[in-house]
Amino acid sequence: MYTQALNDLPTPHNLEDAEKMANFQTRIDSEDRIEANDWMPEAYRRTLVRQISQHAHSEIIGQLPEGAWITRAPSLRRKAALLAKVQDECGHGLYLYAAAETLNASREALMDQLMEGKAKYSSIFNYPTMTWADIGAIGWLVDGAAIMNQIPLCRCSYGPYARAMIRVCKEESFHQRQGFEIMMTLAKGSARQKAMAQDALNRWWWPSLMMFGPPDTDSQHSDQSTRWKIKRFSNDELRQKFVDATVPQAQFLGLTLPDPDLRQDEVTGNWMYGEIDWEEFKQVISGNGPCNQDRLASRRKAHEEGAWVREAAAAYAARQASRNAA
Amino acid sequence: MNKTLKATPPVQLWEVFIRSRSGLAHKHVGSLHAEDAELALQAARNLFTRRGEGLSIWVVPSHLIIASDPSEKGMLFEPALSKAYRHPTFYNVPEEVGHM
Repeated sequence: MYTQALNDLPTPHNLEDAEKMANFQTRIDSEDRIEANDWMPEAYRRTLVRQISQHAHSEIIGQLPEGAWITRAPSLRRKAALLAKVQDECGHGLYLYAAAETLNASREALMDQLMEGKAKYSSIFNYPTMTWADIGAIGWLVDGAAIMNQIPLCRCSYGPYARAMIRVCKEESFHQRQGFEIMMTLAKGSARQKAMAQDALNRWWWPSLMMFGPPDTDSQHSDQSTRWKIKRFSNDELRQKFVDATVPQAQFLGLTLPDPDLRQDEVTGNWMYGEIDWEEFKQVISGNGPCNQDRLASRRKAHEEGAWVREAAAAYAARQASRNAA
Repeated sequence: MNKTLKATPPVQLWEVFIRSRSGLAHKHVGSLHAEDAELALQAARNLFTRRGEGLSIWVVPSHLIIASDPSEKGMLFEPALSKAYRHPTFYNVPEEVGHM
């Protein structure tokens, strides 16, 4: 049940004894799903709230780089698709906030944290969308990477998160395909269009690989999340899957991936990629990417400019309720 | 970044149930925030039925739902598991009798 109100049962600390922890792990190990009102270790709850809210924030902020191109889409068909995609991202954010709320984190508080700059979201959305080809590259690469990440989350041990992810994944596949179609059209177009597609690929490739997070050797949350079956594959495993799936697609488009070290391993068939610039990742995730300030400023502006709508809806609801009571 | 915002006031939570086709029951699909029932219905329509997922929507204020306590799961549901005689497979019907 996606319900915050049902979750206010007290969970005294002395209940977090070894026996409960062991039972909890047994349930996880047997692929049982944990539901909102079930007993869970405090750290499991905290891990989920952090992950789900960061995920929700990413969906909400993710509307901004693409939203910037809605009015400039090259045709009505592209515009309708982009509008639908951005609307989906908003919906995904809402499904995810609702999943976080089942863990006693209120949506309003989470959004306030985002606007105050206290919450993280995916580093990828701090890069600018400079040309129309960027919309193609985002759909193809960014949504492609997101799908790789999200499909295993449909089997996450926490029921409300897994159910939200099932809905998200169903909708996400259209996003990737519309992006690939944009890239295909440009890649098979004029020399300038093809150059535009190549330029977008050059700029989005490495940030897309960074979306899977730090390498396994220094990923701080991975081990416990794996034991709790919140995470089913490591960052590097998912990154490799993504690269293996994407290289042939780039070849089909006749575009070149901006990695001189890229080569196929003869034994495994995996595509081996070059060194990722983790310093850039660190900078972008900690607020120093090209668009971090802009993104938060846009989010705050939208929130402030929407305040009168929220106030009017609340005032109307209160007046209707008092009339009904009279 | 350094400007402190006023905390956003909480908005009521609703549970959403959708009938996907005639002949099927309404099923819980998720929850949302809205100030009143009318806005909750509109939001549910926008959030959960953008691809023909439903023909009918129910919204219920979350706080009105009474739920069983998960810590009483054993007491409530375990007895049903130990009563095999409530299932048709508990009884033997000779093969020559045929389908029953």
